[in-house]
Amino acid sequence: MKTRYTEEHEWVTKNDDIFTIGITDYAQDQLGDIVYVQLPQTDSEINKGDDLSVIESVKAAGEVKSPISGVVLEVNEELDGEPELVNESAEDSGWLCKIKCINDSEFNALMDAHQYQAFLRKLS
Amino acid sequence: MENNFGTEHKKTTLHSRHVKAGAKMIPFAGYKMPVSYPSGIIQEHQHTRKHAGLFDVSHMGNILIEGEYCAEHMESLLPTDMINFPLNHLRYSLLLNKQGGIIDDLIVIRTNPQKFILTVNAACLEKDLEHFTHHLGNQLNISKVSGKTLLALQGPESASVMHRLGQDTSDMGFMTYQKMNLADITCSVSRSGYTGEDGFEISVEDCFADQLASSLLADERVKWIGIGARDSLRMEAGLNLYGQEMNESLTPLDAGVFWTISKSRRPDGERPGGFLGFESIFDAVSKPQKKRLVGLVPEGRSLVRTGTILTDAVDTRIGYVTSGGYSASLAHPICLAIIDSEHAAIGNTIYANVRDSHRAATVCSLPFVKHRYYRVPDNL
Repeated sequence: MKTRYTEEHEWVTKNDDIFTIGITDYAQDQLGDIVYVQLPQTDSEINKGDDLSVIESVKAAGEVKSPISGVVLEVNEELDGEPELVNESAEDSGWLCKIKCINDSEFNALMDAHQYQAFLRKLS
Repeated sequence: MENNFGTEHKKTTLHSRHVKAGAKMIPFAGYKMPVSYPSGIIQEHQHTRKHAGLFDVSHMGNILIEGEYCAEHMESLLPTDMINFPLNHLRYSLLLNKQGGIIDDLIVIRTNPQKFILTVNAACLEKDLEHFTHHLGNQLNISKVSGKTLLALQGPESASVMHRLGQDTSDMGFMTYQKMNLADITCSVSRSGYTGEDGFEISVEDCFADQLASSLLADERVKWIGIGARDSLRMEAGLNLYGQEMNESLTPLDAGVFWTISKSRRPDGERPGGFLGFESIFDAVSKPQKKRLVGLVPEGRSLVRTGTILTDAVDTRIGYVTSGGYSASLAHPICLAIIDSEHAAIGNTIYANVRDSHRAATVCSLPFVKHRYYRVPDNL
């Protein structure tokens, strides 16, 4: 199991052909208090770059574009009642959805943890 | 620090204190201001409704106007009854243009028969000064006041916090003003604010700002609150924000603040009109009202943001959201909106165009959260 990151502050964890997607701790901190998470339909087909989720905080709405292509297997239904989970645990229990994808080339092209940390340092 | 236009942002005297408290600082009206502290906007909002929130609002502008026949002269610009304006009281007023549009909203304090102190929006300070000077510069002394810090203490425990600092404020009603000592510091205090709660706005010389903030924060019921929660609190209280609910092409009727025109200055009053813009406003009053400021509760939980276009059931544009956000007290989205009067009945359903969908929203009465201003009890 390994995790990769995007410049839009999403994380993707690979577990065989299932990819769990969420936003990074940096992203949740930038958004502030999250009050609503709009999740994709399960079984929907998603292409890389498609709208995956909208995360609304008191301050702003963050649109999450899918970092990979595939079929939505599962969404984090906990977020429906507890959107603040994304603030509390962005990179764990605040995950957004799981996507099944046979080809991992899109995943492999993303930044690893080390590269993402370097990317964050450049931002500050 | 620089903004997008390359000009430097001003800092309030307490800037480094906010940074030390972990605030996120953002550019706001030419200043670097704390938008929120580590606890976040929702908790800050709820803290203010339950306890006492402390806001640095030193970015607000202050103008001093004085001279002979000050009240009479000021009536040529402000729609407020300036003549029968009790000493040491505050009035919420408007600066209007010739067309009756709103140049700014402001708080006026009468500290002396010939002297008024005005608190204006930071972003409007220079144009307000120019406006007053252009119209009244020959008759009155008009000057910008600087070197002061303004702290707002807001929430149901505010009066008890003041009491602990040595001041019993039980005889001080909402919208009144007093000079007093707080923790041995001379302060100018008004019982006012912009959250809908009881509270105080405390003006102090910059050199005592840090000491006063420390004294206030020494009370565990007092917490720093950022401008993020200030905005959601005022929205719940149905209070207008200049640049959103009010601008130079909206009249007091459009913006729901016709009440700021004192009874004596209205068409049927003893000194009707006489202020800049009154002809346009009186003309509008005599006709059916075109637009109206309303509250909206959108269906669902996704927020409807400022600027969202509003339509009727057949997709005709009827207005827009002037302020949209999240009500931390009610735990659902809320909006202030200016819409065509024919759609403004309480309970009416209109539609918000959000991300290519039409979200139903119900027109509701304002405020969303009841005001809890302090009235002096009859037996005092």
